Amino acid sequence: MINFVLLISRQGKVRLTKWYSPYSQKERSKVIRELSGMILSRAPKQCNFVEWRGHKVVYKRYASLYFCMCIDQDDNELEVLEIIHHFVEILDRYFGSVCELDLIFNFHKAYYILDEILIAGELQESSKKTVARLIAAQDSLVENAKEEVSSLSNIIAQATK
Amino acid sequence: MAMSGMRGLSVFISDIRNCQNKEQERLRVDKELGNIRTRFKNEKALTPYEKKKYVWKMLYIYMLGYDVDFGHMEAVSLISAPKYPEKQVGYIVTSSLLNENHDFLRLAINTVRNDIIGRNETFQCLALTMVGNIGGREFAESLAPDVQKLLISSSCRPLVRKKAALCLLRLYRKNPDVVNVDGWADRMAQLLDERDLGVLTSSMSLLVALVSNNHEAYWSCLPKCIKILERLARNQDIPQEYTYYGIPSPWLQVKTMRALQYFPTIEDPNARRSLFEVLQRILMGTDVVKNVNKNNASHAVLFEALALVMHLDAEKEMMSQCVALLGKFIAVREPNIRYLGLENMTRMLMVTDVQDIIKRHQAQIITSLKDPDISIRRRALDLLYGMCDVSNAKDIVEELLQYLSTAEFAMREELSLKAAILAEKFAPDLSWYVDVILQLIDKAGDFVSDDIWFRVVQFVTNNEDLQPYAAAKAREYLDKPAIHETMVKVSAYILGEFGHLLARRPGCSPKELFSIIHEKLPTVSTSTISILLSTYAKILMHSQPPDSELQNQIWTIFKKYESSIEVEIQQRAVEYFALSRKGAALMDILAEMPKFPERQSALIKKAEDNEVDTAEQSAIKLRAQQQSQTSNALVVTEQSHVNGTPPVGQLSLVKVPSMSSNVDEADQRLSQENGTLSIVDSQPPSADLLGDLLGPLAIEGPPSSSVHLQPSSNSGVEGTVVEATAIVPAGEQANSVQPIGNIAERFHALCVKDSGVLYEDPYIQIGIKAEWRAHQGHLVLFLGNKNTSPLVSVQALILPPTHLKMELSLVPETIPPRAQVQCPLEVINLHPSRDVAVLDFSYKFGNDMVNVKLRLPAVLNKFLQPITISAEEFFPQWRSLPGPPLKLQEVVRGVRPLPLLEMANLFNSYHLTVCPGLDPNPNNLVVSTTFYSESTRAMLCLVRIETDPADRTQLRMTVASGDPTLTFEMKEFIKDQLVSIPAIATRVPTQPAPTSPPLAQPGSAPAALTDPGAMLAALL
Repeated sequence: MINFVLLISRQGKVRLTKWYSPYSQKERSKVIRELSGMILSRAPKQCNFVEWRGHKVVYKRYASLYFCMCIDQDDNELEVLEIIHHFVEILDRYFGSVCELDLIFNFHKAYYILDEILIAGELQESSKKTVARLIAAQDSLVENAKEEVSSLSNIIAQATK
Repeated sequence: MAMSGMRGLSVFISDIRNCQNKEQERLRVDKELGNIRTRFKNEKALTPYEKKKYVWKMLYIYMLGYDVDFGHMEAVSLISAPKYPEKQVGYIVTSSLLNENHDFLRLAINTVRNDIIGRNETFQCLALTMVGNIGGREFAESLAPDVQKLLISSSCRPLVRKKAALCLLRLYRKNPDVVNVDGWADRMAQLLDERDLGVLTSSMSLLVALVSNNHEAYWSCLPKCIKILERLARNQDIPQEYTYYGIPSPWLQVKTMRALQYFPTIEDPNARRSLFEVLQRILMGTDVVKNVNKNNASHAVLFEALALVMHLDAEKEMMSQCVALLGKFIAVREPNIRYLGLENMTRMLMVTDVQDIIKRHQAQIITSLKDPDISIRRRALDLLYGMCDVSNAKDIVEELLQYLSTAEFAMREELSLKAAILAEKFAPDLSWYVDVILQLIDKAGDFVSDDIWFRVVQFVTNNEDLQPYAAAKAREYLDKPAIHETMVKVSAYILGEFGHLLARRPGCSPKELFSIIHEKLPTVSTSTISILLSTYAKILMHSQPPDSELQNQIWTIFKKYESSIEVEIQQRAVEYFALSRKGAALMDILAEMPKFPERQSALIKKAEDNEVDTAEQSAIKLRAQQQSQTSNALVVTEQSHVNGTPPVGQLSLVKVPSMSSNVDEADQRLSQENGTLSIVDSQPPSADLLGDLLGPLAIEGPPSSSVHLQPSSNSGVEGTVVEATAIVPAGEQANSVQPIGNIAERFHALCVKDSGVLYEDPYIQIGIKAEWRAHQGHLVLFLGNKNTSPLVSVQALILPPTHLKMELSLVPETIPPRAQVQCPLEVINLHPSRDVAVLDFSYKFGNDMVNVKLRLPAVLNKFLQPITISAEEFFPQWRSLPGPPLKLQEVVRGVRPLPLLEMANLFNSYHLTVCPGLDPNPNNLVVSTTFYSESTRAMLCLVRIETDPADRTQLRMTVASGDPTLTFEMKEFIKDQLVSIPAIATRVPTQPAPTSPPLAQPGSAPAALTDPGAMLAALL
């Protein structure tokens, strides 16, 4: 199982965290600090797996962002590496050539996109088309609610006019 | 697009990004937190939109690393909002900010449940996702049935059901009992017929967890898994959207093969053939391609197939193919594939008969030891460690030593320990072992613990042939400039003990040795100074006749350190100075150290304690298996059970005081004359002897002058016997001696304690005192004679079961009156078994011939060591043992209805450690222990007891260990303790008073007085 997901920039800034195993707030900070130092200091040509505290961290760099997933010792590393890629491809499709800024200003969307891909630290959906459809549906629900509010405003405005 | 809807959030994020430094950022964050706190205090004025915005801001601040210790309630309250946008934020932020242990989550259980059982599909999805991500035990107990209903409901669409599957997985991990309900296995089997691959992927993850704990219930899923695998391998009816770079759902393939690894070996020939066809296609059909993602996905499937092949224990040909494939992987440039090739090759070592094939790749593996990537270097080190044996140890250890000079600090300690262990276990000869360890100290002294050089000292001390060689080597190293302090210690010690063996070599006279060692004194620490002082004393002792110049030099040093601030050094200096002035007596006092007893290497124990890596654990297990197969060249000393325990010699008779005899005779005559015949019973109470049971026995041999009394005494006894036989009625001869106390009860008491009385009757008491260490036991039998007459014809025979090697020392034929004899008994446990050893004991006292067969308490639990393990240690181990015969499960009925606490105490008394908190169900017990035998060495054994509060006479027990025999025997052993048949109280026999007819005495007296033979013997 995936214990947590961590997105950090090349400067060590945190862009996204998701914790599937229970960690206290203090532990989370310690973990982030420790892993940032470890991952960012690895050379580009080295393998994508690092042993850490009896677990393994699978990571991959995309442009200026490192996507990291901490897995159990006996999990399949390449399987998780491709889950990372699957996630990145979905973000890329949603934002259109995704870059770090997209994730900074739309981090809340990245959260519910991730929730359509992973639950309980396991892969939920491997079809990019299905995930895209579900994300669009959620966006639509949010937009619809906004329109209702807008309509109500118009009615009130007309009544008072 | 979305930015226009959350302008405040975007502005805030921009402000943060525009901050020039950390301090400005903190100011901006604090300002925003203050604003949010103020707005939350006046919650009624907040619109749902505003609350949503502020909660997102909190999450963003939290993600930056700042503490956010308020506002959690607002996030949780959004969960119960009526509109989707607010509810979405509530669920997402709650599952990101809180973990399962947070109190506020409890408040939301009802709302979450209403969403799950409600009809709104989108709300169901939000709720299932949050519970799946952070659900704890309370959620598991409250929601599992509802989630199960969703998962199997035909009216639910796939997008809900796949979330339900993973949500249920979470709940199962928190409390397995809420999922293991009757009939659920059939539902799982039906789920595997699912056509939607999203639901199937999620369901397969759930199945992996279920079968990893209990495959027995899920046999019906096995053929369906194989069918899924076949369908994917042939790309049959797989929708395009589930094809990833041309590979049909690689994740589902991996999950399916993972599930199959939790079933024991497949026996059905059709299923086996189908599965092997699929695996063959995967193994042979995967190529390296340019696209990195396709490569990764296809190799993810390939490595999982390899793991499954290993699990299924395929034919040797297929295993050879796998090793050849791995051999290619460890040679490629792609670092991920190389890493995984090395790791899987290490796992492959667990499979029998492939070690030789793997050795062909030794050179390539050594190349990886020098890879720039520390991850790959670690894998290479573990693989070399695991594949090492007598045939290649020399090459591998020398490579490790070479690498040690350039390795980075993070790896040096591990390298040193592994090199030392391999050298000790597989040394082709002892001198090579000494070379390796001294090189190790020379190159990486900081990482060589005292355990390592202590071990060298032990071997050198125990092997005389090795001593000159070791001394010469130590001498060589002392010539080097700037040697490590550990080298000073070990060299000084060795030269102190054995340097005299080099006396005739150039540069090795006592004076020269002293001089070169003494040069190091100014640079070493106090603990080393202590060793040097001992060395000086030893050198002085070996210099005979004494060299006065050397003597004065050393005395001067001792004088100097007599005022040392370190007590240890001061004491040594004072004592050595005094001792060294004693002349010839010095040699006796400072003679060579005696041999060390052989015991388990501290290095190996340390390695076992330290390893957390699964692959390394595998290597350790393999090492344990090899231990019994590979002859250990270093074990050349006598077995410890012989050393230090000399057989107890035959004890002579204790002299009977003649004055006492005379007094007795006079008393008897007086009684006779008075006309009243009475025999005074002089038998002592049992308490006296019992008090002596465990104390040292001090019996002085009779002086030689007593020899002349022997014939007279014997003659008298013979006369008595003859007379008594003629007079005693025939019926009394058949009377047997009855034991005191219940023999079975005594035995059971000794099973849980190490000393006590094993057997007692009117004449004798047999006590036991035992010490148990790992797979060996050292017992002492105390045979106590309770009477004032000797016990004769004493025989003790050990009837050992096949799993115990037992050696009883010589037992004397006669036990003198009121004497206690100690008989050591050595026990070695060869392999797991519940059989019991028997002591066949017999003796003669007067007319009575006593023969008893006694069970000896050398039982299974004596070879258990309590061990407490944490959840992080327990669950990987539990999962790694797939099923029978390593993991056995049984429903036990007819259990004594014990409260759980009493059951836990019962387990603890048998060295089965109850580990609290591992099982969320308070009615269950998790037990761990380490079992020792020659075949298993130290083996972890895990037990899970699931009790039924409604019916305490039945429970389900699961036992798991790495040895099938141990698993079975432990299961039966625990059953025996839990289902004890109530013992029928044995009536305590009345003690028959031994009586001799009074007429016998006057008959024998005249005979003795008038017998010519007796009179002649007395004169002599």
